[in-house]
Amino acid sequence: MGKTTIPEDEFTYPGSTGCPGCGANLVMRYLLKGLGERTIVSIPACCWAVMPGYWPSNCLKVPLLYTAFEATGAAISGLRAALDVKGVNDVTVVGFAGDGGTVDIGLQALSGAAERRTDAIYVMYDNEAYMNTGVQRSGSTPWGAWTTTTPVGSTHGFKHETKKDIMAIMQAHRIPYAATVSPAFPEDFIKKVEKAKSIKGFRFIHALSPCPPGWKTNPSLSVEIARLAVDARVFPLYEIEDGKVRITRKGKGLPLVEYLKVQGRFQHLTEPEIAEMQKGVDDSWIMLLLKESSGT
Amino acid sequence: MTKSYEEIPLTPISDTPSTVNITGLWRVMKPVVDKEKCKKCTICWKFCPDVAIKLVDGVPEIDYQYCKGCGICAAECPSKCIVMVKEGEQ
Amino acid sequence: MRMVMTGNYASAYGAKLARAEVIAAYPITPQTSIVEKLAEFVATGELKAKFIPVESEHSAMAACIAAQTAGARTYTATSSHGLTLMHEVLMWASGARLPIVMTNVSRAMAPPWSVWADHMDSIAQRDTGWLQFFCQSNQEVLDTIIMAYKVCESAGVMLPAMIIEDAFILSHTSEPVDVPEQQLVDSFLPAYSPDLKIEVGKACGFGSLVKPDQYMEFRYKAMLAMKDAHDRILRVEQEFKHVFGREHGGLLERYRCEDAETVLVTAGSVAATAKDVVDALRANGQRVGLARIRAFRPFPHDEIRSLASKLEGIAVLDRSYTFGAAGAMFTEVKASVYSCQKRPVMKNYIAGLGGRDITPKILSRIFEDIQVIAKRGAEDEVEWVDVAGLPRRWR
Repeated sequence: MGKTTIPEDEFTYPGSTGCPGCGANLVMRYLLKGLGERTIVSIPACCWAVMPGYWPSNCLKVPLLYTAFEATGAAISGLRAALDVKGVNDVTVVGFAGDGGTVDIGLQALSGAAERRTDAIYVMYDNEAYMNTGVQRSGSTPWGAWTTTTPVGSTHGFKHETKKDIMAIMQAHRIPYAATVSPAFPEDFIKKVEKAKSIKGFRFIHALSPCPPGWKTNPSLSVEIARLAVDARVFPLYEIEDGKVRITRKGKGLPLVEYLKVQGRFQHLTEPEIAEMQKGVDDSWIMLLLKESSGT
Repeated sequence: MTKSYEEIPLTPISDTPSTVNITGLWRVMKPVVDKEKCKKCTICWKFCPDVAIKLVDGVPEIDYQYCKGCGICAAECPSKCIVMVKEGEQ
Repeated sequence: MRMVMTGNYASAYGAKLARAEVIAAYPITPQTSIVEKLAEFVATGELKAKFIPVESEHSAMAACIAAQTAGARTYTATSSHGLTLMHEVLMWASGARLPIVMTNVSRAMAPPWSVWADHMDSIAQRDTGWLQFFCQSNQEVLDTIIMAYKVCESAGVMLPAMIIEDAFILSHTSEPVDVPEQQLVDSFLPAYSPDLKIEVGKACGFGSLVKPDQYMEFRYKAMLAMKDAHDRILRVEQEFKHVFGREHGGLLERYRCEDAETVLVTAGSVAATAKDVVDALRANGQRVGLARIRAFRPFPHDEIRSLASKLEGIAVLDRSYTFGAAGAMFTEVKASVYSCQKRPVMKNYIAGLGGRDITPKILSRIFEDIQVIAKRGAEDEVEWVDVAGLPRRWR
């Protein structure tokens, strides 16, 4: 009783200007608990560029470099090069970017950094749209979701393109370590961060980041939704280490509708559409199980 | 207050903790903890996005200066000993 | 040590002697031999630096910004479309007050697609807050890189600088270059040691959000820094002369202007040709001179004003054009001259775009034209030189 299950030291201050119930706040909090003080974080234009507050407010207890939107992959390469040339080698370099800044405008720089085997951890906090600019669709927005640029209407309804599989893209770069994490499972999250920290080379963490205004959800449900995403197998928790997939939490296998029904952004979906979505989730889950069992 | 150009650094350097932002003012609902019922599981502390819960002997103390009233602590508490009440009431 | 080398190699040697610590660059014609040479220096250990083979020019500048913020002296090089691709982050580098030094091999913009000498790419960056030096020789390229680090890293400046070589004319043409000894350069240029930089364990954000009620004050400081750069450039050049025995003319190099009636103002390698033309015309009794804009940013307002007040006519040759207006150098020279009591007649000559050769004959014709115009006034303030289909012959 009274024993915490995750490290107690905090590396963020209260007073972050994230929305009430912001999943990204939890992502950063758990990330830094896993990495500790000797960390430098590079953040591009995204919610997290605003959340530390207006100058001179800063909610991080570690150094923070704000960069242009698409530049995260390049910035972490530059940071690491400078640290190397100065002989400073016990620091974790982190790129912390949203889904837009990673799978869309930031994809080139991400790919470059991964291909160059930059010694850094890239964390994509995925709230599944361009949330900072007002909920426009990104390449990471799931099929079926409402966003302001995929509004529901008679001629053009919701997003009809499937979510980019950034983990597969990272696996194709043959990086030593990639993992998915959910703020509903902080112990799993932090364990993966600690493992990533111990590995040299380019590491990638895909963090689900529920967003109450963008997902049209009750702020109090952000953790529950992050849990449902895993249990409904929409966002399975797994690692890819040296090319091998390992699922770290199988989840309960809940029907997808349990996950969809608490989010306003999916309310317009019809039963056939939900069934199609369920099939997509099932197929992806089977593929993941196959990857795990075949040792690739 | 706008600082004179002579008083600011070359480029915006942020070295003031964000505790200057009193985000507690945002609140519409606020969490109230029944400390008697609390089982000291520490789950509320674990899930607070705003680092607005401090544990004192395992029991949560809400920092009302910063708590935004998101309600995650109340939703996640397994013993249901955190209740959301309207700001201004008890 | 005296060597024969191209402008590109002069850039590479300049960066090496300046002990650049992080080099992030992307290849583009005709800059490629700069980065190839530097990669070689790093691979052999001749230069102790980290070379980041980035996947685009935008990333090259973004990586330099990050490395410089972490306290490393950085260098990169690009050209034309690479430079314009970087435009967003050029603005970032100067706003972040980082003394990054870069070579731009000035080349035409597409379409039409061209790899040849043209200043449009460089001129298009004049609003970015970067210092801009246009070079006329490979020696100047090497020397200016070393001087630029010293100017830019001084506490009153802390702005980035671009050193501009004309595509192929300097970049790929060999000239004799005196390559100073490393020890001598070390005595002139100390290690980069900024007051503000990322330090592990020190909670500090670099480049955050500033409200309308405070933004202007940051820009004002940058303005003061660019202003400070004017004197700093002159002072550093005097120091350079003292150590290395040569200089390159400050912000505005004046050649035989003392008793000139008309002067050609221009920048880059064409100025070197123009000096030969000045000598030939002087031998014929014409009172002409050449003023070379070496630093376009900060613009040499005072130097232009003091020169203009003694002249009848000024010809400004722009190797670029600002559509809807006039050549950028002409516009700025004219603006400087506006406040003079006595204003010379001025005319803009647009020449050499896309690598079109600006021959001594063309330059002679320009001098002839401005001398005529100085007496009777210009019909057209802007004339495009050597364009097929126009009535005037220049060759």
